[in-house]
Amino acid sequence: MTAPFIAAAEILSKAQPSRPRPTLRVLTCGSVDDGKSTLVGRLLYERQLIFDDQLAALRSDSLRHGTLGEEIDFALLVDGLEAEREQGITIDVAYRYFSTPARSFILADAPGHEQYTRNMATGASNAELAILLVDARKGLLTQTRRHATIASLLGVRHIVLAVNKMDLVDYDEAVFERIVGEFESVAASLAFRSVEAIPISARHGDNVVADSANMPWRRGPSLLTYLENADVETDGGEAPLRLPVQWVNRRSDAFRGFAGAIASGRLQVGDEIVAAASGRKTTIARIVAMGGDLFSAAAPDSVMVTFADEIDASRGDVLCHPTTRPNVADQFAAHLIWMSDDSLMPGRSYLMKINGRSLAASVTDIKHKLDVDTGAKSAAKTLSLNEIGFCNVATAAPVAFDSYDENRTTGAFILIDRFSNATAAAGIIAFPLRRATNIHLQEQSVSKATRARLKHQTPAVLWFTGLSGAGKSTIANLVESKLVERHAHTLMLDGDNVRHGLNKDLGFTEADRVENIRRVGEVAKLMVDAGLIVLCAFISPFRAERRMVRTLVGEQEFIEIFIDAPLDVCKERDPKGLYRRALAGEIKNFTGVDQPYEAPEFPELKLSSAERSAEAIADQIIAYLEANGTLGV
Amino acid sequence: MPLTPHLRRLEAEAVFILREAAAEFRRPVMLYSIGKDSSVMLHLALKAFYPAKPPFPLLHVDTTWKFREMITFRDQTAARVEMELIVHTNEDGRKRGVSPFTCSSSAYTQAMKTEALRQALNEGGFDAAFGGARRDEEKSRAKERIFSHRTASHGWDPKTQRPELWRIFNTRLGAGETMRIFPLSNWTETDVWDYIAAENIPVVPLYLAKERPIVRRNGAFIMVDDERFPLAPDEVVESRRVRFRTLGCYPLTGAIESEADTLEAIIAEMRLASTSERQGRLIDFDESASMERKKREGYF
Repeated sequence: MTAPFIAAAEILSKAQPSRPRPTLRVLTCGSVDDGKSTLVGRLLYERQLIFDDQLAALRSDSLRHGTLGEEIDFALLVDGLEAEREQGITIDVAYRYFSTPARSFILADAPGHEQYTRNMATGASNAELAILLVDARKGLLTQTRRHATIASLLGVRHIVLAVNKMDLVDYDEAVFERIVGEFESVAASLAFRSVEAIPISARHGDNVVADSANMPWRRGPSLLTYLENADVETDGGEAPLRLPVQWVNRRSDAFRGFAGAIASGRLQVGDEIVAAASGRKTTIARIVAMGGDLFSAAAPDSVMVTFADEIDASRGDVLCHPTTRPNVADQFAAHLIWMSDDSLMPGRSYLMKINGRSLAASVTDIKHKLDVDTGAKSAAKTLSLNEIGFCNVATAAPVAFDSYDENRTTGAFILIDRFSNATAAAGIIAFPLRRATNIHLQEQSVSKATRARLKHQTPAVLWFTGLSGAGKSTIANLVESKLVERHAHTLMLDGDNVRHGLNKDLGFTEADRVENIRRVGEVAKLMVDAGLIVLCAFISPFRAERRMVRTLVGEQEFIEIFIDAPLDVCKERDPKGLYRRALAGEIKNFTGVDQPYEAPEFPELKLSSAERSAEAIADQIIAYLEANGTLGV
Repeated sequence: MPLTPHLRRLEAEAVFILREAAAEFRRPVMLYSIGKDSSVMLHLALKAFYPAKPPFPLLHVDTTWKFREMITFRDQTAARVEMELIVHTNEDGRKRGVSPFTCSSSAYTQAMKTEALRQALNEGGFDAAFGGARRDEEKSRAKERIFSHRTASHGWDPKTQRPELWRIFNTRLGAGETMRIFPLSNWTETDVWDYIAAENIPVVPLYLAKERPIVRRNGAFIMVDDERFPLAPDEVVESRRVRFRTLGCYPLTGAIESEADTLEAIIAEMRLASTSERQGRLIDFDESASMERKKREGYF
């Protein structure tokens, strides 16, 4: 077993330069056999960043397991650190740390032999520079293109193309130049600001730390020298100010501090600033710090500011200068990298986390899917694990953001599955679709309340959910009759009927079921606006969709009624003969047979139709509506 | 001494993580283990929420086998920072007499540390706990998330870790689940000492060299910190000038011989240690290599 390394104390050495460069966050990527591990091991060895015990173990490991005879096999050093590989978590990013007198480095190591876009993207999300390894004998591979594409998409703007194993091509300049030429054509369609190609031999150390005598034709720094001097500063200080409010400090009535990490730009006391979403203006009064107030601060500092006026800002607001504001919109176009085993369902409600804010969001349209190997775009109805799509995204409320190209903090978000709480997708914002300033809802002079008052009722959606055959439609019909007897104004939306008209273009796949419910939800909402009591009878097997409609209609007006009947009873009843056909394989995706039914966790009403008559249940529902005020008694 | 850009960035990141957790969790707690990493983490928390106090208590899992100087330092620190300190011991383990001298170290750790921590988290109803662990400490940590999800039974499943992109942390929890949060994930041992020096953060004096009563056992220097230490017939307590690179339960923590009795000297000693490697005195499994390994074992 090889012990893990720790950083040596080199940063303290006497050779410290006058102005140390900021930490460099580097992603190492490339195909599996291109020598990534050997390179990392060689870098650490040459910089004497391997401790005695590690080196001793490495020597004996090299003799036993190595492939290089008497030589030290550096791959074993790095691979030894990845014992997790054997335990089956090989797909994960590992972080390594080392320092030289010139600079500290954080290396995110994306395993090359696994073709997991998800993990590559995770590693790239915080990287400023990527070392892309290529085997000089093989040239560019599919994997090389993929990694270059993902790095570019995630905003890595500086690439080192490390053409490795030059010793195996006799240090031939022509081979190097040919690969560099090939890469230039790949990079042409990508968004890199700098590409430095370096011919190396990780195994022998050529051009890794010192210039190589074997390649006198090469003019330019060694890899380490290049990394130590690479200027990747993303004009963080010059960019427009973005300060997402992270936490509000209310120590006392008198003190209100707004804490957050400056995502870009700088601010100083006296600056006029704006809370982007509300547009409210104020002035920075103090920048509070434990050692004494500051006069100014810049990215990436974490600060706490106070305002001259009492304006209401809260977690998720983005502070900016008045002349350089971010976009504020509730719809935008974004690349999504899908990270969940459950595929993307357009229309389904996910939880979005953006600039500290959490809110409901859904994908309204997939424009295209991106093939990261070829750059080709194709139509798609869904995204599966590790797929990348360009999508329209809608949020429940307007949010402040920038395009990711302009700001890697305020242009990024994640989507979270509401039920598993898994991170479902990483989002990279391209541009706003409608500016919030243009989308103020059409102000209507006759309101929902006015219409409802005319009808002497409180509008509501009665959402009947349950297995096929549970009795939803029967009961809903009885309830509607009873409502009409009482002069209530109603409308019935029934699964079968809707599918004959509004939704006749939809089938029964998971994706189509989601869309079916979304449309019904929108119609129900319109009818509630009209002041009606809307009865909806749909199997609606997924919690996420019922939640979506609840959010759409509004918590106050959504009454979820779970008509509960055991599957056996429903199969027995089988009023439409559907279970029989599904069990015979004639119908696919039938709830309760080959598609799950997710029972409501907290319905307003849960009524067992196995034990009571439809009539009795309908009466119970009417009693509930009287009790909760929907019906005047 | 102003912070280097490197430390400044690490500080800003840690403060961001601490505030993020305070904003997102109902009832966080900070595991305070009294060592250098905890000292740095606590200092960062004081900075993150200033002028308010950090909105969470400190929790120390006391195995009853800590160095006495650690306990003194702990109580002084809690008083100095004016934060609530919860001290928890696994009473069942104490009653059963679980000790590092009578049990295997894994059984002891399980009872007095792991189980004790679970008890304390459950009793306090905490949904998030800060820890001072760093990714460079240990290889399993190199892949752990900054916000590391735990099941309702406090288990960690490395295979279902949530991807962690940018600095957007998925803090959602199911019923009974909790989060462990590591603000120092991206710090190295060197960063920790540099920061302690730059910010003048108090640390337990055990980190500094001093004449201490030492027994040599299994090749490690163990300090005889109290009368509970059972001496073997052939063991002698001798006075040695030693310090500790890491602190834990005294019977399980190896000291290193050292003259470094100031912070500057500690940092200089670290520099020397790497210089000696650079000289290349490391060809075989010699004395220095095995000594380094011992340090390392003490360290972990």
